[in-house]
Amino acid sequence: MSARVLPFAVALAAMAMVPLVASSPFYVNLTSQVAIAAIGALGLNVLVGHAGLNSLGYAVFPGLAAYLVAWLSTVGGFDAVSAGLLALGGTLAVSGVFALVALRTTGLGFVMITMALCQIVWGAAYRWTSVTGGDNGLSGVPRPGASVLPLERPEVFLWLCLCVLGLALLQLGRFFDSPLGVALRGTRDQPRRMSALGYDVWRIRFVAWMLAAGWGAAAGLLYAWYHQFVSPHMMAVTASAEVLLMVVAGGAGTLAGPLIGAALVVLLKNLASIWIERWVMLLGFTFVVIVLVMPDGIVPGFHRLRAALARLKPSAAPALVPRERADG
Amino acid sequence: MTFWVSQSLNALALGGLLFMLASGFSLIFGLMRVANLAHGALFMLGAYLGLAVVKAGYGFWTAALAAAVAVGLLGGVMERTLLRRLGGRTLPQVLMTLGLAFIIADACLMMWGGDPMRLPPPPELSGAVRIGDAVFPRYRLFVIGASAAVALGLWLLVERTRAGAMIRAAVDDVGMARAVGISASTLFTAVFCLGTALAGLGGVIGGPILSVYPSLDQDMLPLALLVVILGGAGSLLGAFVGAYAIGFIYTFGQVLVPDLAYVILFLPMIAVLSVAPQGLFGRRLG
Amino acid sequence: MAEPALEISGLFKQFGGLPAICDVALTIRPGERHLLLGPNGAGKTTLFNLICGDLAPTAGSIRLFGAELVGLPPRKRTACGLARTYQILTLFPHETFCRNVMLALNGRRGAKWRAWRPFGGDAALREEAIAVLARVKLADLADRPVCETAYGDRRRLEIAMALALSPRLLLLDEPLAGLSRDERVTVQTLLDELPQEVTVVLIEHDMDVALAFAERITLLHHGSVVATGSRAEIAADPRTREVYLGA
Repeated sequence: MSARVLPFAVALAAMAMVPLVASSPFYVNLTSQVAIAAIGALGLNVLVGHAGLNSLGYAVFPGLAAYLVAWLSTVGGFDAVSAGLLALGGTLAVSGVFALVALRTTGLGFVMITMALCQIVWGAAYRWTSVTGGDNGLSGVPRPGASVLPLERPEVFLWLCLCVLGLALLQLGRFFDSPLGVALRGTRDQPRRMSALGYDVWRIRFVAWMLAAGWGAAAGLLYAWYHQFVSPHMMAVTASAEVLLMVVAGGAGTLAGPLIGAALVVLLKNLASIWIERWVMLLGFTFVVIVLVMPDGIVPGFHRLRAALARLKPSAAPALVPRERADG
Repeated sequence: MTFWVSQSLNALALGGLLFMLASGFSLIFGLMRVANLAHGALFMLGAYLGLAVVKAGYGFWTAALAAAVAVGLLGGVMERTLLRRLGGRTLPQVLMTLGLAFIIADACLMMWGGDPMRLPPPPELSGAVRIGDAVFPRYRLFVIGASAAVALGLWLLVERTRAGAMIRAAVDDVGMARAVGISASTLFTAVFCLGTALAGLGGVIGGPILSVYPSLDQDMLPLALLVVILGGAGSLLGAFVGAYAIGFIYTFGQVLVPDLAYVILFLPMIAVLSVAPQGLFGRRLG
Repeated sequence: MAEPALEISGLFKQFGGLPAICDVALTIRPGERHLLLGPNGAGKTTLFNLICGDLAPTAGSIRLFGAELVGLPPRKRTACGLARTYQILTLFPHETFCRNVMLALNGRRGAKWRAWRPFGGDAALREEAIAVLARVKLADLADRPVCETAYGDRRRLEIAMALALSPRLLLLDEPLAGLSRDERVTVQTLLDELPQEVTVVLIEHDMDVALAFAERITLLHHGSVVATGSRAEIAADPRTREVYLGA
């Protein structure tokens, strides 16, 4: 058990120490961005990696939560903490309704419908100017806890993000090993058998959807507090695609994969913005290259490499890639 | 009354454009189980290519033909070199087509810049005609007619020709189609070319109405998906009904409730899905 | 007379316009060993799919120990005491044999909703799973992932998954398909050792095994019941010859 926890503890500790060694707040903020992205990617991984449901509208969860907290704490007049809690609850409620639509399909249908659902909320954010500020978004979102915890300081905010990330890793790590987590992967591989064994496939998928929504909402809250600003761009197709890239590049279905993928994508995006303008094109090429070269992602690729190097067993174990759902 | 007539004609024109976009998507989906998420980007590429040809001094019709052929060829190359390797797995396919969409969209931005541009309609179709009390741009009437002609042509192709019979057979059962000697490989590429060429053509035809701008792809792709979800994937009739339904809802929504038109657009999708997950005329999406 | 284990009446299933099952009626006594016989496409597997709820019938009734199954989702039918195996292996390839069976055992228990304690740490469940594996002589492979094992072993795991549900009615869809001679003997012994109170309906093309096992036989052809009766009756029935020789 501890051998599994150790690498994550080391990674989190290293990230927490960035403020102590970094020369400028830039690196501290970059680390916060990685942590926030990782929380979102961990959430999406529940769907993509473990439920076999490929969502192309994941940004709707962080987007809803960020917009709700921004609106409630600026226009609505709530204090930041209550606004945050209400936003979390509101996002889960809307997500529950979305689940009724999205979970009627699987496969490519699910891809298209999740994208459409995200577009609905994007459309409201972009066009319903009187409430959402339209393309200008909502700014001046206050960070919570000013009296207790100096969250306006980058390093303190980073530590908050890392606490949430640690919580996400713990909760999801336990979930994936639990009876329900195993059953979730069962519905991914053999949904027909699962219902014949007495499992309620829809309800298991619903739990996965709500877990993904919950961690997505947590990431959205931190995002809104980090930037103190929200705009419709956080729900654009590219935003959902970026989270998907994190999961797939790192390794869908693994716990460390989304973390590594998030770090890679955030760093790549920041580096790219320094040297070249063409982030979207780079994103596109990264997708194509990953599909052609490394379809399972970094973490499974690494495991396979290690297995090949060790050559202790006559044959390397097949990678634990999520399988396509078998039914129609 | 005038309002309703002219808005209905607008809705028919938008519906026609959406049909050109969505019918290709739907054909490709039905035949190959590929959701080509680059379809919106190819539509936009068609519009930009058409604009470039017009700017180079050739006529609108040449531009439409050139864009359709170029985009269709690009689609064929994409299918042959990249999509074919993926063997129908959902996630790689989504990533690949999305990646291509991003590359194409960003390349357009690089080549043609960020400012919206207007693609002028051909001179013989500029100006307006009077219908009762309403004055209506002649070009929009042309779009209504042209898209109806494309719909008829596609229907004849699929239902009345040998190639169409092969397509229908392969949609039902690829293995069986192979067994009776249909070259699925050639057929797939041909349909991919046809579907993407329609998107390119739609881009040029739509240019004078929608104008040509960098996020055109991101505006069009969700509409195409919406049409396909609503009408049912793989069904030409579904794409037809879905496209005109969306055309009407969007046009009237924008005039009557501009703030929420985009949200209202998705209500029929939710209504249809809750009754029939496979869409109005489709087979199951799973 | 005791209530029938399975009572099917007036069952129809159409795909598009094509009838796949046409007015099937069937009554199976508790504890009976019943064989479904018929050429390919006769509707045997479709009948299984209708019984276990993967397909919904166009019309008709299916009663399990008196309880109507039509309209219930598959998981509720399982709760009524129904279990089946699949002609095409339907296992969890990334899990071990033991965890496959544990997953099957958990299906009807509240513990399946637990989301914190590790699945592998449930010693009692594991012990139970090993006991089920022992019944199909797979206990020594308990910790082998399915994707690393031989086909014959997987066939037996397929049966173990159904046995784990402690069914009252067991539907076996070609349990011998693709097995070697030795493996067939193992499975045949396993079938013979099934407790007498379990009712078994079998689809099997290996006539030696099937006829040795079954007490009564139903002959299906083009989705309809041609004849039902004892082994001797079906063997003597001229229609059997007709169906198989295509007269």
